[in-house]
Amino acid sequence: MMDQVFSLIQKLRAKSVYFLVLIGIFVLIFPQLTDNQYILHISIRILIYMLLASSLNMIVGYTGQYNIGQAGFYAIGAYTAAIIATRAGYSFLLILPLCGIMAASMSAFLGFPTLRLRGIFFAFTTLGFSEVVRLTILNWRTLTRGTFGIPGIPLPEIVNFQISTNNHFYYLGLFLLVVMLFISHRLINSRIGRAWVAIREDENAAKAMGVETFKYKMINLMYGTFWAGIAGGFFAYFAGYISADSFILDESFAILAMVLVGGKGTLVGPIVGAIILTILPELVREIARYRLVIFGIAILVMVHYRPQGIAGAKAEGRRIDVEKEYEAGISENAVETTAPGN
Amino acid sequence: MESILRTENLCKYFGGLKAVQDVSINVSKGIIQGIIGPNGAGKTTLFNVLTGTYNSTKGKVYFKDRNITNFKPEKVTKLGISRTFQNIKLFKNMSVLDNVKIGFHTQTKTKMLDAIFHTKTYKNDDRICEERGQELIERVGLSDLKEEFASNLAYGNQRKLEIARALAVNPDILLVDEPTAGMNHIETRNVVELLEKLNSEGLTVIIIEHDMSVIMNLCHSILVLNHGQKISEGSPEQVRRDENVIEAYLGREE
Repeated sequence: MMDQVFSLIQKLRAKSVYFLVLIGIFVLIFPQLTDNQYILHISIRILIYMLLASSLNMIVGYTGQYNIGQAGFYAIGAYTAAIIATRAGYSFLLILPLCGIMAASMSAFLGFPTLRLRGIFFAFTTLGFSEVVRLTILNWRTLTRGTFGIPGIPLPEIVNFQISTNNHFYYLGLFLLVVMLFISHRLINSRIGRAWVAIREDENAAKAMGVETFKYKMINLMYGTFWAGIAGGFFAYFAGYISADSFILDESFAILAMVLVGGKGTLVGPIVGAIILTILPELVREIARYRLVIFGIAILVMVHYRPQGIAGAKAEGRRIDVEKEYEAGISENAVETTAPGN
Repeated sequence: MESILRTENLCKYFGGLKAVQDVSINVSKGIIQGIIGPNGAGKTTLFNVLTGTYNSTKGKVYFKDRNITNFKPEKVTKLGISRTFQNIKLFKNMSVLDNVKIGFHTQTKTKMLDAIFHTKTYKNDDRICEERGQELIERVGLSDLKEEFASNLAYGNQRKLEIARALAVNPDILLVDEPTAGMNHIETRNVVELLEKLNSEGLTVIIIEHDMSVIMNLCHSILVLNHGQKISEGSPEQVRRDENVIEAYLGREE
C-alpha cells in the first residue's frame, strides 16, 4: 500500500505545475469553503507548524546541523511578542520582526561556542538550550509571570485594519509562510544556499573549496531560528494567551518529526510533514495523548522504508553512503596508524 | 626558478607516530612536482598539512614567500592552493554542475539581500558560475552528465569532477592526490593530458601517484617519502637510479 501511495506522489510530481496551481487555488479559497471554526483553527495551527518545520528544515535539512531544540526559539519569539505587546503596546508590524530578531540573536549566542561541535553534540546542546529557555520563562516571574503565563495579548493591527477573525489569521499566516518559502527558495539557489548544502554533504570538502564553514553555519542557524521566532510571534497573537506549557520539549520533537517524515532538504517536505502530523492526532482524538508515540513510529517507518521522507526526491538510500564512508574512514586510519611499523 | 611553495623542516606527529618528519621541499613555479613513496609514507598527510587540514607539529610552510603555516583550509584555498582528495570527497547529493559552482565561492560575493532581491551582484555571480562552470565541466569531459548527482557518477568520472571542482577555485597550485587511481588506460591518459595542458597554461601541479609511468612521464621533479621522511629528490632520472628509493620500494639485498 505504501508503494502505491509513493508512486501516486511521483505521478503528481511529474505534473507538478498543474498540481501546484490547483493547490494554490485551493489554499487561497479554503477559508471561504467552510464556516467551521474548528477546522479553521486547525488550519491555522497547521500553518504555524508549516512555518516551524520549514524553519527547522533550513538548519537540519540544508546544513545538516541537528538542532532539536527549535521550540526554544519558538518560545523566545512568542514571549517577545507577548511581553512587548502587553507592556509597551507597540505596533504589530514592529513587534513581529523583533520576534525573529530576538530568536536569531539568541541563536547566535548559542551558536558561537557550540557550532564547532558536530553531529550529536550539537544536538544535545540545542536540546539543553530549549529546556533552559523554558525554565527561564517559568522562573523569571517579573518578566514572564512564570507559570501563570501571559494573557490578554491584543489583536494585531495592520495599518488600521484589525486582524480579528480566524479567516484573517489564516491569510496572515499563509502570507508569512509564502514569504518564508520565497526567500528560502532564493537563498537555496544562490551562493549562500550552495555553501549550506556543501557543508551538509562534506564539511571538509566545503572548506577546501574556500567556504568559511563556521560563518555559513552561523548564518544558517540564525536564518532558521529567525523564522521560528516569527512563528512564535504569530502564535502569541493568534492564541491571545501563552504559557511555558506550549513550549515543552515535545514540541521540538514534533517539529523535528514533521521535517523527517515530510522529507528534509526539500521545501515541500516539511509542509507535507506538518499537514500529516497535525491532522493525524486530530482525526483520532482518543490517541491524541499518544501523539509522540505516533511521531516516533512515523519516524522509524520513514527512516526504514523511505529515508528521504515522503516528498524527498532522492532515489537512493543513505545507507550505502554511510557504509562507504565507514570503510574509507577505516582505510584512512589504517594507513596512518600502520605507517611506522612497516 | 622562482619558488612558489616551500616548506622548512615540516613535521606532523600523531602522538608518537611521526607521519611527516623534517620534510623540506621547494616547488618551483610552473612545474609538475611528483610525490611518491610506499603506502603509509606520509604523502597524503603532507598534503593535509600543506592545505591546513592538519596543523603542523613543527616547521613552516611558505606560499609565494608568505608564511601560511597552520592557516585554516578555507584561507589557504582563498590564497590560491586547491586540492583533490584521495578518498573522493564530492558533494554527493548535488548535481555535477553545482559541485563545480561551489568552487567559485571565493570569487563571487552574493550576500543574503542580493540573493533575495536578485540584484546585479547576484545576476553577475550567477552568470560567472554558470558559464565558467560549464566550461570546466566540458574541459574534463563531463558535459553530458552535468545534471546528474555526483554520487551516480562512475568512479573515474568522480575523480575528473574533483579536478574540475578544484580548478574552479582558480588556483595557482593544484594538489592532486592519486588522480588516476581506479581508472582505465584511456581515462588515465585523459587525466595526464589534462594535467599537462593545465601546466602548459602556467598552473603549478603537485601530484601524488602510484602509477610510475604517469609519474615518470609527467613530472619535472620528484620527491620520495618513506616513513614520513624525505629519502630522495630530483629529476625522474635521478630518482629512478637512487639506491635509497630502490631499497624503499623493493627492500635491501641481503
